[in-house]
Parts: sequence; C-alpha cells; structure tokens
Amino acid sequence: MNHARSNRRRSPHHWSQSLRRRLSLQTWLLRHAQVAFDSLGRLYRSWVSSLMTAAVLGIALAMPASMYLLLDNLDRLSGSWDGQASLSVFLKAGVSEDAARTLANKVGNWPEIAAVTLITPAEALEEFGQHSGFADVLGALDKNPLPVVLLVTPGPGYSDALSAGKLQEKFRALAETELAQLDLEWVQRLAAMLDIARRGIEVISALLALAVLLVVGNTIRLEIQNRREEIVVTKLIGATNSFIRRPFLYSGIWYGVFGAGVAWLMVEISFWLLTGPVQQLTGLYQSNFTLQTLPLQLLLMLLGSGTILGLLGSWLAVGRHLSAIEPT
Amino acid sequence: MIRFDNVSKRYPGGFEALGNVSFQLERGAQAFLTGHSGAGKSTLLKLVAMIERPTRGQVFVDGQNVSRLSRRRIPFLRRKIGFIFQNHHLLFDRTVFDNVALPLIIAGYRHQEIGRRARAALDKVGLLSKERLYPITLSGGEQQRVGIARAVVNKPLLLLADEPTGNLDPELSREIMNLFALFNQVGVTVLIASHDIALIEQLNHPVITLDHGHLLNPAGLSA
Ligand SMILES: Nc1ncnc2c1ncn2[C@@H]1O[C@H](COP(=O)(O)OP(=O)(O)OP(=O)(O)O)[C@@H](O)[C@H]1O
Ligand SMILES: [Mg+2]
Repeated sequence: MNHARSNRRRSPHHWSQSLRRRLSLQTWLLRHAQVAFDSLGRLYRSWVSSLMTAAVLGIALAMPASMYLLLDNLDRLSGSWDGQASLSVFLKAGVSEDAARTLANKVGNWPEIAAVTLITPAEALEEFGQHSGFADVLGALDKNPLPVVLLVTPGPGYSDALSAGKLQEKFRALAETELAQLDLEWVQRLAAMLDIARRGIEVISALLALAVLLVVGNTIRLEIQNRREEIVVTKLIGATNSFIRRPFLYSGIWYGVFGAGVAWLMVEISFWLLTGPVQQLTGLYQSNFTLQTLPLQLLLMLLGSGTILGLLGSWLAVGRHLSAIEPT
Repeated sequence: MIRFDNVSKRYPGGFEALGNVSFQLERGAQAFLTGHSGAGKSTLLKLVAMIERPTRGQVFVDGQNVSRLSRRRIPFLRRKIGFIFQNHHLLFDRTVFDNVALPLIIAGYRHQEIGRRARAALDKVGLLSKERLYPITLSGGEQQRVGIARAVVNKPLLLLADEPTGNLDPELSREIMNLFALFNQVGVTVLIASHDIALIEQLNHPVITLDHGHLLNPAGLSA
C-alpha cells in the first residue's frame, strides 16, 4: 500500500482510483474470510485425501492429548487419596495402656489432628486373630506381643503429603514412639512417578508436534506443486507473494483444526471405552472416582496447538517452495 | 511510457535474444513490434513486465527504472500492465468469468465492482454469454479473447499484446485491433507484437522491427 501511494505521485490520475479502493479493515477481514472459505472448499472437493491427512494429524495430536488426560486422571486419583491420609503410630513395648491414653489425649489437642483412635494390644490381637487365622498361634503365646497403636487422622488442612510428612516427624520425635508409619507413602511415590511421566510426555509431545509440522508441510508442498501453473499465472498478472501465500496458509490452518477435531474424537471415544472397566475397578475399592473426559482447557489447548502447528507447517512449506516458482 | 537504453538479454543457455536495443514509446502511443519468429519480440515484452530481467542496459516503464525493481515491487509494476500472452496462460480449472476477474481480485476490488468490470470486459470481446464455461471448452480464438479481456479488465496504463490475433480469423482480428484502438483513444499505451504484416500495414501505427535481436529501424521511434 505504501508503494501504491508513492506511485500515485507519479501518475495521479491512475492511482486516485487505488486510493478509493484502499482497504478498510472491514474489506480486509472480508477478503480473509473469503480466502479461508475458498481454502475450505478446496479441501472439501478432495475430501478423501483431506480426511486422511486430518486423520494422520489427529493421531499425532491425540497421543499427547490422551497421555495428558491419563496423567490428569491419575493426578486426581492420587489427590483423592490425600483426604484419607493417616498415620499409624506404634508405641514402644514399655508404654502402658494408661500412658498411651494420656498421650492420645495430649496429641488429640494438636491443631493438625482431627482424630486419634487408640488400639489396645488386646483389640489388636483380636482383630489380628479374626483376619489372619493365627488366633491359635497367638493364643499359644503367654504374653500379648502387640504394642499399643495410635491411629491418627490429620485435620482437613493437614492431609496433603507435605503436612502429613511433618506430622510424621513430630510423632517420631516423641519418646513413646517406636515407629510412625505414614500411609501416604505410596501416594508420594505415585506423585514422583507422575512427575517423571509428565517429563516424558513433554518430550513425546515435542516429537509429535514435529511430526504434525512435517505432515502439514509436506501436504502443502504437494499442493503448491499441483497448483504451480496457477501460481505462475497469478504472479504474471501482479499477485504479491502474500496474496499467493494466503490460501496455502489457510489450508494449513484448516488441516490443523480438523486434525485437532479428529484427535478430540479419538480421545473421547477411547476414554468412553475405558469408562466401564474403570468404574468397575474403582467400585471394587469403594472409591467414587470417575474418569474425567477432555476438560475444556485441554480441548482448547488441543485446538490451539493444532491451529498453530498447521499454520507453522504451511508457512515453512510456503516459504521454501513458493519463491522458487517464478514465471519465465 | 517505455524506454529501452542499450538493453541486451542473454538467456541462461548463452543465447543472446536481444542485443543493444534502444527505443522509446511515448505515453498514449500505439505501436507494433514485428520480426521473424525467434527475433526476440516476446523477450522484449517480457522485459517490460520484468518477467525476464535484462542482462545489460536499463528498462524504464512509466518513468521508473524497472530493471532495478526489487522482487517485492514487481507485482505492482505488473498491475499497471495488461499483458496478453502468446500462450494465453489461462487457468483451466476456473470459469471464464473467474479467469477475467482474477486481476481484480488480486488488486483487491470490491465484490460488486469485480462483477461489473469483469462482465464489461467480457462483453467487449464478445464472450459475455460464455462467462460460466471453462476455458477448455472454448476454441483457440475464444481462449485468446478471454486472455484479452483479462488483460484489459484492470484498465491498465500499458497494454502489451504478444500475438493477440494469432488464432483469430481476419474479421475477428480487425475487431480486436479496433478494441485496442479504443483503449488507445482513452490514453492506454499499446504495444502489439505481431507477424501479421497485412494487418499491420492496414493500420497506420509506428512499427518496431526486430531481426535476430537487433532493432532494424532505430530511428523510427526514438524521441
Ligand atoms: N527461456 C528461454 N531460454 C533460452 N532461450 C530462450 C528463452 N526464451 C526465448 N529464448 C530464445 O530467444 C530467442 C527469442 O525468443 P522470443 O520468444 O523472444 O522470439 P519471438 O520473436 O517472440 O518469436 P515468435 O514469433 O516465434 O514468438 C529465440 O531464439 C528463443 O529460442
Ligand atoms: Mg513470441
């Protein structure tokens, strides 16, 4: 447009027309919408190959998306256990039941503790016998070998891994404590494993993003080759590079969008297939955990990365191949 | 409007298509470019639109030294020029109307304006009734006229025609020449490359004659 204006100085008559049709934002948007629509129509006309490309992109995008979703669910799973974190404090053999009761009352007043249950050696023995069938063996012993146990449930604000760990330390510091066992340890391990998995998924995501880029780039390259004659002719009659580039960039964007759409479908379907078995499994554990499908945030991320990767892929192809086509 | 200063064009193979050509065509003039096959007529026209670049010398169009034009600016030069190509260069997957409308779309005209102008141009070459057809279904002469409509639709400053009547019968040729004359009358500079000596002699316009890449009548047109 700058150029047009500088020419107007040389031939005012001709370029006064160009001034009149100088683009307003509205016509600019309209033209972009038109090109976007044309590109869509072009994809539709060869819908079989378009669909196949979208499917390939969909698979590449669905893999990281479903892995993130799986991770998300595992995260929530480990999170849902947090509320049930508990501490088993085994007291030293020398601590009497009365002393234990005093201790239980004392720690029951700690702010981070919701409840303390005292299990006497006799109760423990009975329960142990009921469950394990060792009653006879235990009955043969002349002395109850079991210690007093305090079952500690942390209060609402103290049930996360960190606070529960601190509480464990506090109990370990007590003179009466033989062993303070945190039932949260496996949750912590799971969290650590999830961290590793997250790192791994990031790497895989990057690789698959590269794959999307290459697929789109190659598809656009072929399209450029197929429309070589058209590019030559439009260049001959005064098309700028950006004019020629535009439909290809929109094709890339559409591929990305449709790829993301296919990926979304794939993820939804596979998680829908998993819902039944997972419900059965968690039912066994009396957990009310339900498998979460793609949340809006992840869906938007999927759509966004599809669009951006599509645009980027076509941009790379266009940059490399369009300038090589010059009319002679 | 067009000025060549000692222009030479050597193609990559080493063949010299134009040697030391100098001439000037005034704004609003109409001239013929003639010469045997392979004399360099098409090459000369391509140099004007910067489809080829000169090996030596300078080409001026509308006062602008186009041989120094950056690639980014070439499209805007081409929009000032209506080029009728020897081999049509039509798009066969688009209708006649869409072919003619293409320069207007490129230049960013409004939708209604595009329809109006494209139909007016098609009407001028007598093809309005075929606007919905595809070029492949047209005769050679009709395709040529689509090319002509596309070249003039943008109301260019300069019209370059490479064998525009190559496939036309004498009567149609005369009609097309009249069309060019009409454009010339409203101020468009017209340069027509043609073999058709009979037609050229009928019309009283300056003639640039090329022979093996050299100008035969350098005095004829120089200002
Ligand atoms: N792209 C090219 N590469 C190499 N040589 C070329 C190229 N284009 C044209 N030539 C050569 O340059 C010479 C002039 O070609 P040009 O097309 O300008 O001739 P012309 O006068 O238009 O001929 P005609 O009347 O047959 O169209 C020819 O000998 C041709 O072989
Ligand atoms: Mg020629």
